[in-house]
Amino acid sequence: METIIQVQHLKKHFGSLQVLNDIDFEINKGEVVTIIGSSGSGKSTLLRCINLLEIPDGGKILYKDTDILSGKLSLTEYRSKVGMVFQSFNLFANKSVIENCMIGQVKVLKRSKEEARKIAMRHLESVGMESFADASSVRLSGGQKQRVAIARALCMDPEVLLFDEPTSALDPEMVGDVLEVMQKLAKEGLTMAIVTHEMQFAKDVSDRVIFMDQGVIAEQGTPQQIFEDPQQERTKQFLSRYFDR
Amino acid sequence: MSIDFGRAFEIFTENWSLFSFGIQNTLLFALVGTVVGLLLGLVTGALRAIPEDPMDSAFVKVLKKIARFVVGFYVWFFRGTPMMVQALFFFYLLRPVLGWTGFSAGLIIISVNTGAYMAEIIRGGIQSIDVGQSEAAKSLGMTTMQTMLSIIFPQAIKNTFPTIGNQLIVNIKDSCMLNAIQVTELYFQSSSVAGSNMRYAEVYFLEMVMYLVLTTVATLILNAMERKINQTKTVTIKDHCA
Ligand SMILES: Nc1ncnc2c1ncn2[C@@H]1O[C@H](COP(=O)(O)OP(=O)(O)OP(=O)(O)O)[C@@H](O)[C@H]1O
Ligand SMILES: [Mg+2]
Repeated sequence: METIIQVQHLKKHFGSLQVLNDIDFEINKGEVVTIIGSSGSGKSTLLRCINLLEIPDGGKILYKDTDILSGKLSLTEYRSKVGMVFQSFNLFANKSVIENCMIGQVKVLKRSKEEARKIAMRHLESVGMESFADASSVRLSGGQKQRVAIARALCMDPEVLLFDEPTSALDPEMVGDVLEVMQKLAKEGLTMAIVTHEMQFAKDVSDRVIFMDQGVIAEQGTPQQIFEDPQQERTKQFLSRYFDR
Repeated sequence: MSIDFGRAFEIFTENWSLFSFGIQNTLLFALVGTVVGLLLGLVTGALRAIPEDPMDSAFVKVLKKIARFVVGFYVWFFRGTPMMVQALFFFYLLRPVLGWTGFSAGLIIISVNTGAYMAEIIRGGIQSIDVGQSEAAKSLGMTTMQTMLSIIFPQAIKNTFPTIGNQLIVNIKDSCMLNAIQVTELYFQSSSVAGSNMRYAEVYFLEMVMYLVLTTVATLILNAMERKINQTKTVTIKDHCA
């Protein structure tokens, strides 16, 4: 199995707060990894380090066996291969839906506008947003914005897509639309790392579940292992908050 | 204390060529000052607004620190002193070196002066944009420059357009300070007309009316531009799921 991202002994602190403490894990090709854990446990920081929106203080992140901080890899090229979907969508407010999906292709991948448009349309179709191609991105609902953000990331042909709580900012009735899109992507074999509080979704879609607590990976395993037979006391405690009747 | 309106009208028609020359220069200085000032403001404002990028090398970090300090000094100095004094000081200071005329010195002074105000306007405009958009651009692999040019500047300019436009109005009026270095703008021309016919009240009355016409027309044009900018494409949004 090909490993896309390998995180080794990753450390990150903000001031005196140790947010990530010796994290080791990998994302393999075609795998869907979900990351769960309570608020403040460092899930977002981990994803942001992988995309180099935060710079690790220690440890290594390997992209297909190359250290991304070694300087051997162009930062822009690396980032274009590792897509990110944010909780707050972060669509470009001065661009239409299709322009949001084209700009990275044109500026970073140097595709022609016609080609970029064609590819953008294809991905907008796959998230069910093709009829909004020319709409202004600020006019959409949250669920629509997030689907466009996913299409925008897909347009870069990423090796892996990182999702940071993609449904947390959505009204409940919109959550399903977005999860459905992600489920479809999982079936198509896209490599994904997803931070989520949607436990049922994590259970259904993951190949592997990682439980983070206070800056460390407390436990990881298949969804069955984590959700049905957790070994650690803190995992049990965390899950009881979601599955208690 | 009275104004002879008939006499004023005669003065206006008799000296129209002088006045119109002054108006042309006033508009030229106001426009160049505002446009060049905006470009200067975009660069300097961006330098002040961009948060440090943790991926910068140590060398780039030092460069940015120096640039930020220089920009801070620039804004402080040019906003803290009268443009007329700046004009006189730099005109005479640099004349031996550059051999420049009041005209070219004036164009540069009004641009640099406006740039200091624009820097603050643009900085505010950039800081009002959620950093999430910059992070999204980064995550696509876009460079800081690409992000600035296609995502941040267009929004910063749009959001601060009324304030940017106001600088044009200010410059139409404040370019009169450049008379101190012999720029033949509207105030300079009016003063020479008044000096030759001694009808001060009439001439300055005319001058004020001319300034009012210029600022009013400029305001109307700016308002139209603002409406145009804020007009989002009207697209019929139909949800295909519905
Ligand atoms: N830029 C920053 N500066 C200072 N502290 C930060 C910064 N970013 C995150 N932190 C702190 O680091 C800790 C971990 O934050 P992080 O966002 O990674 O948690 P999380 O697991 O994603 O939580 P949530 O579920 O609430 O999103 C928190 O205590 C947070 O306050
Ligand atoms: Mg988070």
